[in-house]
Amino acid sequence: MGKYKSHILVCAGTGCRASDCEGIVSNLESALEENNLNEDVQVVRTGCFGFCEKGPVVKMVPDNTFYVEVTPDDAGELVLEHLVKGRKVERLLYIDPDTKERISDSKHMGFYKKQYRIALRNCGFIDPENIDEYIARDGYAAMGKILESMTPEEATAIIKESGLRGRGGGGFPTGLKWEFTRKAQADKKYVVCNADEGDPGAFMDRSILEGDPHSVLEAMAICGFCIGADTGLIYIRAEYPLAINRLKTAINQAREYGLIGKDILGTGFNFDVEIRLGAGAFVCGEETALIHSMEGLRGEPTVKPPFPAEKGYNGKPTNVNNVETFANIPPIILKGSKWFSEIGTEKSKGTKVFALAGKVNNVGLIEVPMGITLREVIFDIGGGIKGGKKFKAVQTGGPSGGCLTEKHLDIPIDYENLLQCGSMMGSGGMIVMDEDDCMVSVAKFYLDFTVEESCGKCAPCRIGNKRLYEMLDKISLGKSSEEDLGMLRNLANVIKDTSLCGLGQTSPNPVLSTMDNFHEEYLAHVADGKCPAGQCKALMHYIIDSHLCVGCTLCNRVCPVDAISGEKKTPHVIDSSICIKCGACLEKCKFGAISVQ
Amino acid sequence: MASVKLPESKIQELKEVCQKYDNKGSELINVLHGAQELFGYLPAEVQEIIADELNVSVAHVYGVVTFYSFFSMLPKGRNPISICMGTACYVRGAEKVLDEFKRILNVKVGETTGDGKFSLSCLRCVGACGLAPVVTIGERVYGRVSADDVKKILSEYA
Ligand SMILES: Cc1cc2nc3c(=O)[nH]c(=O)nc-3n(C[C@H](O)[C@H](O)[C@H](O)COP(=O)(O)O)c2cc1C
Ligand code: SF4
Ligand code: SF4
Ligand code: FES
Repeated sequence: MGKYKSHILVCAGTGCRASDCEGIVSNLESALEENNLNEDVQVVRTGCFGFCEKGPVVKMVPDNTFYVEVTPDDAGELVLEHLVKGRKVERLLYIDPDTKERISDSKHMGFYKKQYRIALRNCGFIDPENIDEYIARDGYAAMGKILESMTPEEATAIIKESGLRGRGGGGFPTGLKWEFTRKAQADKKYVVCNADEGDPGAFMDRSILEGDPHSVLEAMAICGFCIGADTGLIYIRAEYPLAINRLKTAINQAREYGLIGKDILGTGFNFDVEIRLGAGAFVCGEETALIHSMEGLRGEPTVKPPFPAEKGYNGKPTNVNNVETFANIPPIILKGSKWFSEIGTEKSKGTKVFALAGKVNNVGLIEVPMGITLREVIFDIGGGIKGGKKFKAVQTGGPSGGCLTEKHLDIPIDYENLLQCGSMMGSGGMIVMDEDDCMVSVAKFYLDFTVEESCGKCAPCRIGNKRLYEMLDKISLGKSSEEDLGMLRNLANVIKDTSLCGLGQTSPNPVLSTMDNFHEEYLAHVADGKCPAGQCKALMHYIIDSHLCVGCTLCNRVCPVDAISGEKKTPHVIDSSICIKCGACLEKCKFGAISVQ
Repeated sequence: MASVKLPESKIQELKEVCQKYDNKGSELINVLHGAQELFGYLPAEVQEIIADELNVSVAHVYGVVTFYSFFSMLPKGRNPISICMGTACYVRGAEKVLDEFKRILNVKVGETTGDGKFSLSCLRCVGACGLAPVVTIGERVYGRVSADDVKKILSEYA
């Protein structure tokens, strides 16, 4: 970070940008100028710190003071107090929810204590638009080491021995995949980075690309060297404009420095990278569909084998890896396979990045060693459930995964354990749900997604999922019987067994796992016509208790459809044939007179 | 299938987009991205020109356009509103926010208001899940939106 004495790091990830981090940056810069500090202190826009819940985050370096929920108006005070007078701005420090103490160093926050950052090592530390900062933190050193002193076989062996498995969902051993592609004979091969990140509610890959794009470029070049490819392609969602821009900047800078392109570091190795845009189709995350999409076709999967390693992009051997998988490669090369394989569990090595979201206190991006328990993630790192509500379920693996419950909280997280519980690792989405979430609705939500995203190529997925959705809809309307539950399970299993690609083969998982873990809740819907969580509108009735109602008319005024009637100072009534069950009256009533039944 | 009359200058620009990608059929998706940036949507006539330029069938272009949700054959409103319906936003109440937009604007998802001012659509995760529920209007991202905020947000575009 060169000539400056100190730095102010401002998170400029998608989340914090939405909270006007640009305003913070410009106000900080003018405050520095006013105080004649602009020669000594530099404001740096970094990638995501992970603590999105408390964003925008501003960090002072070198003293590591971590300010949370900063607004542009705070900029002047930060400069004057922290930098000029050397006093911390207490009111912007994080408050530990348990001890109520203010914490200034992120190391001591519950959110960071149990994290271990490998893939996210640079996110929030460097300016992602400045290649020099990446290089200063050992960037491109792994590539240099390999190009100068190793054969492709030796380098591949390190990845194999490390035990790294694919982070895109499947968990296939990365080194082995590289070996297959290396052994395939062809005049041309490709390295593909899968940045489609289709799981709704997940933002791991986006954050890595926004916060540390060079780590992915470096790893792709390493992969190219190992498998004998000279072209890399990054397939990224068009919904991620910031990540796309940062990648473009990174590619240009790396080209300028001769770190990608022709004759890299004078070793005769050629490798260049191009970006391909996705266009909003979840199934394009599946590798064969992704390859067809890059060829300019509809993104429909094809049967494997042949695997991309034999016949991929343009019919040539292609190695597809996920963004996070790539981000792990440079540290493994530099620190060795032994270092990596000592982290994690017997079969799942290293760390995993999760996008922790939903009803937890600390929403954000976290990286934890494999083998940590869900309880530690949700309660220690996530800070427990929002609003003091009760934990109900946690969904992992996105539309392919399942809902885990209380009884799974102490199981160590790894690929095998999650599969055994009826969910899966997936790409790393982790959505926490509380007592207000209805599991039938959640299953229906995912099925709605699958129905929309099914490419339609095979019948079980195209038609089966639609029927599955309709059956769930019937349950949520209270029009089902217990026999229907048997049919639901049956159909779910048929879809799993007979679909062509991973989408259809896993799409019934949210249904099956909620049926297994929340059987009572399904029963309540079909047998008693009740939704215990109070979410299925058709099964709800808003009622005003005439003893508690004082006739303040507040509910009457908020009701959007005029379903409430009654004279001032006399009890009101709701006409349930008009009521659209929006819940507005319930929220407004100060006397607790309105309830749902 | 052509029904919209495109100005000559725009057609020229579209052809330049195709040329930028060497008129290669395999670059169809990139070309479509470029075309949508140019016109805001992909009416039939644009698809016909692209098919001609890249030497592929119109049916193929149409097949690709309709496969991907990012491409639209209908014009968007001047202020395109997107409600995130990703899981994180869903569990934090995105549906209520969507209902409120539908109610106030009196349009369904995928429609544009009569005056062409707003169009309403859903998308899956913009990657700002920390701010769930999230709404985007054009380039602007609104976080932690509740149904009560909808009126105020819309009034910014009065
Ligand atoms: C329906 C479906 C969606 C997928 N979506 C993604 C995705 O968004 N990102 C990803 O990296 N892998 C995704 N995958 C997995 C890829 O097919 C592939 O296994 C992965 O990119 C390989 O990289 P890895 O070994 O590094 O994980 C998806 C698979 C299926 C079946
Ligand atoms: S399982 Fe679904 S997404 Fe996969 S090929 Fe069949 S229809 Fe398409
Ligand atoms: S729930 Fe909504 S629609 Fe029904 S009475 Fe209350 S405010 Fe009116
Ligand atoms: S789910 Fe809405 S931003 Fe991610």
